[in-house]
Amino acid sequence: MSLNVESSESRTLPTLTPLRLLDNAGHAIRSEDAGGFALPEPEILRDIYRRMVVARRFDVQVTALTRQGRLATYPSAFGQEACEIGAVAALDATDWLFPTYRDSIALLTRGVAPAEILSQFRGDWHSGYDPRAHRIAPLATPLATQALHAVGLGHAARLRRDPIVALTFLGDGATSEGDAHEAFNFAAVWQAPTVFVVQNNQFAISVPLERQTRAATLADKAVGYGMPGYHVDGNDVAAMYAVTRHAVERARNGGGPTLVEGLTYRIEAHTTTDDPTRYRESRDVEHWKRRDPIERLEKYLVSDGLLGDEERSSIADEAEALAADTRRTMNVEADHDPLELFEHVYATRRVALGEQRAFLADERDRAAR
Amino acid sequence: MTTTSMAGALTTALRDAMAADERVVVYGEDVGPLGGVFRVTDGLQAEFGSDRIWDSPLAESGIVGTAVGMALYGLRPVVEMQFDAFSYPAFEQIVSHVAKMRNRTRGRVGMPLVIRIPCSGDIGGVEHHSDSSEAYWTATPGLTVVTPSNPADAYSMLREAIDSDDPIIFLEPKSRYWMRADVEFPARQTSFDRAHVVREGDDVTLLAYGPTVATALAAADQAAADGLSIEVVDLRSLSPFDDETVGASVRKTSRAAVIHEAAQFGGYGAEVAARVTERNFFHLSAPVLRITGFDVPYPSPKLEEYFLPTAERVLDAIETWQWEAR
Repeated sequence: MSLNVESSESRTLPTLTPLRLLDNAGHAIRSEDAGGFALPEPEILRDIYRRMVVARRFDVQVTALTRQGRLATYPSAFGQEACEIGAVAALDATDWLFPTYRDSIALLTRGVAPAEILSQFRGDWHSGYDPRAHRIAPLATPLATQALHAVGLGHAARLRRDPIVALTFLGDGATSEGDAHEAFNFAAVWQAPTVFVVQNNQFAISVPLERQTRAATLADKAVGYGMPGYHVDGNDVAAMYAVTRHAVERARNGGGPTLVEGLTYRIEAHTTTDDPTRYRESRDVEHWKRRDPIERLEKYLVSDGLLGDEERSSIADEAEALAADTRRTMNVEADHDPLELFEHVYATRRVALGEQRAFLADERDRAAR
Repeated sequence: MTTTSMAGALTTALRDAMAADERVVVYGEDVGPLGGVFRVTDGLQAEFGSDRIWDSPLAESGIVGTAVGMALYGLRPVVEMQFDAFSYPAFEQIVSHVAKMRNRTRGRVGMPLVIRIPCSGDIGGVEHHSDSSEAYWTATPGLTVVTPSNPADAYSMLREAIDSDDPIIFLEPKSRYWMRADVEFPARQTSFDRAHVVREGDDVTLLAYGPTVATALAAADQAAADGLSIEVVDLRSLSPFDDETVGASVRKTSRAAVIHEAAQFGGYGAEVAARVTERNFFHLSAPVLRITGFDVPYPSPKLEEYFLPTAERVLDAIETWQWEAR
């Protein structure tokens, strides 16, 4: 699926019509109408399908658990499975991911355990998982700041001659942040092996895209920095995978950064504490529900005989098992040791923190008596 | 023994650290061929190549944010913020990520990076070139904030900062860059969590750091002529704070004053005064004083002489204790 990268690529404006490889009915689109990108191999698409189904079941389960009070909050990725999983599936195991708070299902698909993914949303103070073991930066709340971390890590790997790519997710709102600009510019100037995947789900909490930018597409922003930008149908996982894979290979081969915009829609609220009926029309939500990314791929796989009832049933079982496992884990109260608060602030503990730790320990001892 | 400026001592520290550990990389604005606007990185790119030390685009959040990623990968970046107030665009990266990464990852990922910030005034700089930003950094758990006042400490503390597994805000008092002294390289002083008593005395403890250590020493010289014995403590590290060395001095002299260039209200001196008082109240015979800049934005070069704490102001301030006891 490698493309001839022409030197003029970075100066070409992205297409206004989002790039697609499968139409909404699941029919393959000819390569010449799809920017020269080819449909991924069937095995890749079957694997991605399985991951998307499992991820959606997880997302629905966590939303339900949040409504039951088991989590403090949860930002759902319902409807964004193609962006999340298409992009992450394009990475090699040695590559790094720099997620935002909405990317729980991307972490899931990279093998992080549910309890570790949800650590902060449950109300704990730490990220749960080991970033180096999973090659995933810790989830954090500030917007666009992680894009610079991705550029730095990618550049460090390049200085070390390690063939590692750093992929970072950004939301449409985050592209307005200064750090997004600085990350695009640093990556382009340094030719850092970075892939920026903008999940344009069209709302930053309640603020719609037209109040976020005057650019024709968010992918247009790439051109000014001197890197290629692709405007992709974010509900077409085949296109998301193919374009991101191209960007990843390009970065790995020294071609520098790429910006991939996936045009999608957030079906659920911003988080479980938000009321989306105040800022958007239900007919829009219904319109986007009819463009469901999982159904689209399923139609294609079924009509091409790549997915049978038996496999669908086994995938459904896997999804149910994960949901049950997530329920079980979340229904057990996590064990918090308040004295651990003092353990990980500095590499070597300070005298003052030792004093404060002793104070808290003493206070608890007296309360227990 | 070599006679060196403080800037030269910092250059030697960077050179020695880069030679000792290939994970150390240096970048920021103008640090390459120019050698930094204060020449602290002079000659290093020629020596180590542009994979180890390079000019970055002009964007402070970008400099610190990319350093977070590099540290995550296992490098030990030393980045430069070109002048104090230009560090403010990097505030979010420093406070939300550099300071928190170890905590957020339950100790799995540290941030062994050094953020060098040429700080404070007295060089006739224009707006944005003379701020003292220490209170912002010392109020942030997870950061270590240090500032040398002389060439030997500059070398020793920068080496220690680069060796540290924690992120260090390294404040370089630019009015002292050209201060010269004899230094035996590689000079390694006591670790920077210890303050230094740089002049012994019996009647008053002056607590100073960075640029105001020289001010405190000048005040002590003048006071000695009047028969007043002043002890000067160079804090060296602002966070952590060496309660032990400071407490011992204050209990000996029973009077303490803290001197800094930054504005007074909510400034670092407030923390010092509170700590010293809480821990030594019954040994104090007078309130802890603060001799600081005014609560105004750092003034223009034409007016900074009215703003900066001077030896005379220090002596006038301690005169308000009136010395009935003597």
